[in-house]
Amino acid sequence: MTDEYRSTGPYMTTMRPQDILLPVAAGLCCKPGGFHIDPVRPVERAVITHGHSDHARAGHGAVLATQETLDMMRLRYGENFAGSTQTIRYGEEIRLGDVTVKFHPAGHVLGSAQIAVTCNDTCIVASGDYKDAPDPTCTPFELVPCDVFITEATFGLPVFRHGDAADEVKKLLASVALFPERAHLVGAYSLGKAQRVIALLRQAGYDAPIYLHGAMETITHYYQSRGIELGELRPVKGVKKAALAGTIALAPPSATSDLWTRRFPDPVTAFASGWMRVRARARQRGIELPLVISDHADWDGLTATIAATGAGEIWVTHGQEDALVHWCQSKGLKARPLDLVGYGDEEESETPIQDEAEA
Amino acid sequence: MNRFAELLDRLAYEPGRNNKLRLITGYFCEVGDPDRGYALAALTGALSFKHAKPALIRDLIAARTDEVMFGLSYDYVGDLSETVALMWPKAAMTAHNNPPPPTLTEVVTTLRTLGKIELPKQLERWLDELDETGRWALLKLVTGTLRIGISARLAKTAAAAVGDKDPHEIELIWPGLSPPYLDLFAWLEGRGEKPVNRDPAPFRPVMLAHAIEDMDFAALDPADYIAEWKWDGIRVQAVAGRDDRGHITARLYSRTGEDITGSFPDLVPSLHLPGAIDGELLILREGRVQSFNVLQQRLNRKVVSPKLIKEFPIHLRAYDLLGDDENDLRELPFAERRERLETFIRKLDDPRIDLSPTVPFASWEALTAARADPASAGAGGDADAVEGVMLKRRDAPYLPGRPKGQWWKWKRDPHIIDAVLMYAQRGHGKRSSYYSDYTFGVWTEGDSGDELVPVGKAYFGFTDEELLQIDRFVRRNTTEKFGPVRHVVHEPDKGLVLEVAFEGLQRSPRHKSGVAMRFPRISRLRWDKPPREADRLETLERMLKAEPAEIEA
Repeated sequence: MTDEYRSTGPYMTTMRPQDILLPVAAGLCCKPGGFHIDPVRPVERAVITHGHSDHARAGHGAVLATQETLDMMRLRYGENFAGSTQTIRYGEEIRLGDVTVKFHPAGHVLGSAQIAVTCNDTCIVASGDYKDAPDPTCTPFELVPCDVFITEATFGLPVFRHGDAADEVKKLLASVALFPERAHLVGAYSLGKAQRVIALLRQAGYDAPIYLHGAMETITHYYQSRGIELGELRPVKGVKKAALAGTIALAPPSATSDLWTRRFPDPVTAFASGWMRVRARARQRGIELPLVISDHADWDGLTATIAATGAGEIWVTHGQEDALVHWCQSKGLKARPLDLVGYGDEEESETPIQDEAEA
Repeated sequence: MNRFAELLDRLAYEPGRNNKLRLITGYFCEVGDPDRGYALAALTGALSFKHAKPALIRDLIAARTDEVMFGLSYDYVGDLSETVALMWPKAAMTAHNNPPPPTLTEVVTTLRTLGKIELPKQLERWLDELDETGRWALLKLVTGTLRIGISARLAKTAAAAVGDKDPHEIELIWPGLSPPYLDLFAWLEGRGEKPVNRDPAPFRPVMLAHAIEDMDFAALDPADYIAEWKWDGIRVQAVAGRDDRGHITARLYSRTGEDITGSFPDLVPSLHLPGAIDGELLILREGRVQSFNVLQQRLNRKVVSPKLIKEFPIHLRAYDLLGDDENDLRELPFAERRERLETFIRKLDDPRIDLSPTVPFASWEALTAARADPASAGAGGDADAVEGVMLKRRDAPYLPGRPKGQWWKWKRDPHIIDAVLMYAQRGHGKRSSYYSDYTFGVWTEGDSGDELVPVGKAYFGFTDEELLQIDRFVRRNTTEKFGPVRHVVHEPDKGLVLEVAFEGLQRSPRHKSGVAMRFPRISRLRWDKPPREADRLETLERMLKAEPAEIEA
């Protein structure tokens, strides 16, 4: 073990949770285990929850993650994204230093995991990003009883209630029926959200080809290669404007308000995101059809999950920590915000872009 | 209620007029009576019940949630109704026990009769039953803050489309109709007779003019036309008629048929002879027509105070007569209607209503001279309120809409300045990929030499090709980005000069430059001109001198 993970007393008889996992500049550090979870800077050993770029970065010595997460990192960063890699399955337990780690499905995107770290008798679950809502493109969220639960708080305000994503897709299809001469352009994050929207459209019985922005093709084809049925997909590139009338196309959110949209006939701009719950957000982006579809747990999901884990102590990270910490405390749970920096500053994590944050 | 809320929600985000129409028409076709009728009433502002105060809504949410949680949420969302709609906790009932959500009809009819004491309990029940969007629409409706950016006219046009009718037809019968408009929809769907307007003072669809272009004159004979001043006020129709008992009813309509009588009660007593006048609403002080800026103080007022009436005395200047007592004059030639109008105004003999004078001319040259200098051509001291001249064919009947070749408007030349593009912002809807909203400025003496000060914002006037050129310029010359706004290079030797045309200037303490333009648009791109040669603020200030100082009402 190198200096990075050396601690003064790893063999003390009573371990406090913060002796097992501690937020440091590089991310959440497990000294007794000799690794970091989702480090934002290159470290010797990284254990990674899921493939979104603010959680899964290149340049670590060794990476432990699910097969899908490792594949996504390879697709995004190239073959040499880490010194070495090790695959772990859901439910599999691995001993690392003085702790054991076990991966459980997080229901966020394909391959996403919660990481249970156990040292002596204390179990901490670092849930990464998670959602407890159904999603045809990934393994459902699994509840893991634990002593300390580390939860995200992206939508940690009671105004975020996401409802049934199928209803939002119905809204999209109703609009396509009402405006058959226009193209419907759906902004969706390219890893996870896009494939979920496509799968939901297929579930709703929409069987026409769905068009993809170039930036989404690789990851979407990867989903298909993992056996996820998405029906017929076509690249937008090379298709004549008139031929795009009446179609649905998916693109990264940043593309839906830029030059790229000029290839579509009078496009209706939609955006599939949990942020669309708040009208000012949708208006600022110039969205005409907001679709409240999120890959993160909503307020009810966060609070129900926290209660169900049975954890007596809750650590709250990235997002609206204040309200969630307040809620935990009002329920008699020990709770504190965990100051982790670097999450949610990439497009993938649905963080508002600068112009949204201003208002 | 949830379906109506869904419509409102969609309308709130849709920028295009035609798309809005299709959304509303689609709703009318899909939803049955009487819900759609109450929806039409809500969209046309025809619903009346006492609005709930925001404090009541705050009390309701305070009883259900934690104060800290509400504070954090309200801070984040920024709108009371929306915050409450989103965070309203689900009722503690089991799913199969829940009553169905209320219909729009139920909400509207209940609100009409509900006492103040019962309101909170009733609202609570509805909030429990509705979904997020439904709760939002309900709260907007009951607090009277339903701002969806559509006009009554648009809603009526959407209804007309249900039966493939002309919206004018609905406008004509509208005053005789009341929510939920069962007879209207029956007629539109071909199930019933056209409703008859029994209103003693109905609106008549307005006749409008085409803008005249230089090349049009060659084909026109001056002898066929009568010219009159185009006043810079509000075009209105003032109608008076006798009801069944012989009493006079008077109404004032906007040019789209909206009843605006309530905003101008001081004009009603002057409309004491049955008839229908087409004219211009103006403010007159000591016999002088005031500028549009002054008139603006009286527009869109819900409450009209005696002070406002006294300080902004309203006046009607008559152009045309559409009805004289029982007689419909619209089929008559304009020259004949004009004679009837002169007689009518004489008989009326009221200081608040006068005749708009005609402008005598023998040739187009003579009219050009009159338009260039209205003061010497009869408008005298009112010349500043002249917006141009109108040309009306002597033999033109009064036709609804904008018929070709009958009426022409010939506006005075706009004011023109050269300004420098300073900031560009993305447009909406179709233009969301273009930087199409431009803030421009002129030079002024600053603390450290000359600097540009913004004087206005324009988002039209240019051609599609010019839009592409400016968009390209903006993208290549951005110095800073603030969200959707780009800071565009504007230095003495680097930048883009825009020729801006505008109709008038107003003092404005809200703008750094102290001036605000009326109706600014980009008239030309001056690629040839370096920014240092653009106009100065002093030029605008000189133009202001002619305008009277702003009066606070």
